[in-house]
Amino acid sequence: MSIVVPGEHVPAQHVNLKLGPGLIQLSQGSTSSATPKSSIISTRAGSLYHSANGSKWWVESNARRYVPAPQESVIGIVTQKAGEGFRVDIGSAHPASLDGLAFEGASKRNRPNLKIGSLVYARVSLAHKDMEPELECFDAQTRKAEGFGELKSGFMVRCSLGMCRKLLDPNHFLLPLLGAKVSLEVAVGMNGRVWINSKETRHTIAISRCIEAADPDGKGMEEGEIKKFLGTLDA
Amino acid sequence: MRPPSPSIPEKEFVYEALKQSLRLDGRQPLELRSPRLTYGSELGYVECALGKTRVIANVDAKMVKPLPERPFEGLLTIHSEISPMASSEYELGRPSEEEITITRMLDKVLRRSDAIDKESLCILAGQRVWHLRLTLHFLSDAGNMLDCACLAGIVALKHFRRPEVEVIGDEVTVHSPSERAPVPLAIHHTPFCLTFAFFPDETTQPVLDPTLLEQRLSAGLMSVALNAQRELCVVQKMGGVPLVADGVLSVINIAVTKVKELDALVEDSLREDWKGRHVEVR
Repeated sequence: MSIVVPGEHVPAQHVNLKLGPGLIQLSQGSTSSATPKSSIISTRAGSLYHSANGSKWWVESNARRYVPAPQESVIGIVTQKAGEGFRVDIGSAHPASLDGLAFEGASKRNRPNLKIGSLVYARVSLAHKDMEPELECFDAQTRKAEGFGELKSGFMVRCSLGMCRKLLDPNHFLLPLLGAKVSLEVAVGMNGRVWINSKETRHTIAISRCIEAADPDGKGMEEGEIKKFLGTLDA
Repeated sequence: MRPPSPSIPEKEFVYEALKQSLRLDGRQPLELRSPRLTYGSELGYVECALGKTRVIANVDAKMVKPLPERPFEGLLTIHSEISPMASSEYELGRPSEEEITITRMLDKVLRRSDAIDKESLCILAGQRVWHLRLTLHFLSDAGNMLDCACLAGIVALKHFRRPEVEVIGDEVTVHSPSERAPVPLAIHHTPFCLTFAFFPDETTQPVLDPTLLEQRLSAGLMSVALNAQRELCVVQKMGGVPLVADGVLSVINIAVTKVKELDALVEDSLREDWKGRHVEVR
């Protein structure tokens, strides 16, 4: 692992190279032919990681602003109804569009009825720097919901993007720890939003405070501290 | 850009929790986020944080000619532009409604409440007076920026010391801080601002020091500014929620006790900071 800053050359080389977040390959024309340096540069500051065989490279860093990337699941707020579909705020620089037919079992006659202000759990189906992001609430191949759709009741917590990735990591301690204490439902978006629901209001508040306390952007508590903190909460 | 209104689940959850007197950050309804004051190396530079809301206040003084209609009075100006650094919903050059409210309240609480003795800022009548500039930088908005800014502003004024001047005849000598110890400003009283949020459901208790979400979902906000001597300086109410007279009085009574605590906290932290500074008097 090493630290990179934007614009730094990265020595990534493999016959079947895959670049993750924070890395781009410069087109051959823009690199001067005199320097035999690699044409892969980083676009953000963070720590550089690669897989064991060196085929996958990525930069890990924490941020609060979401930049959409295809196939990521996000939580959005419906801000407007626009003809056949909806305008959804996913925390990015531009609002995303969600087609009214991109739901399980939706047809011309039977379209989902989302109110303005509803929360939706969706997948980014199109993310391009020159175009508005697009969302979908089903798997385009199977046309099944796969857990996507409207999120009713519950509460939405905002956290840093790094915290969201941590929550999605099956080896992270927080969600199993909370799940052992109270029964809860969670939907983690990659855009710094986490939807939670439990039977009682005070449980939901305790969960949301634990997520905020474990956020590396905030207090960044570790497992032992969280356990202690959870003991002080009325949950 | 208008701030996006909170989603339906968030709204319902906050109202439901408040009905049970539960707040999202675990506070009691009438509990203040305890302010954290950090002083810079220069006098008159203070960073105030209420939870994740952060404001920096800085005071500087320069000599100017007084206004012809008030030859014996110094000047105090407050600069409080909210930059997009606080939150992406603020824009430079296009003040939002909230920004206008904050600017006007700061003017009322810090300037028009006569907290600073303006006549003591006079150096030579009609010729030279001190002009104090209070600049506020809003770093991040997590609700209730007004109280945070008022607190930062008044603490900065209390922390600030102006250079000593000597007047012999028409000759004005300014002593540099290394020569003679700078003098504190003459402050009549220290007003603090406290904001309460009221909710559409009448059975819900009002909350003190609302967070961003509570502020957005409130039906009305009431800000009261008063000092530890129980003198009320400003009362402002925004939003259309109707309040009974008794309700307003009880809110003010709560504010009285909170302001006393706040005053003690500020005095303590100023004393603590002053102890750490070495002032040489030759």
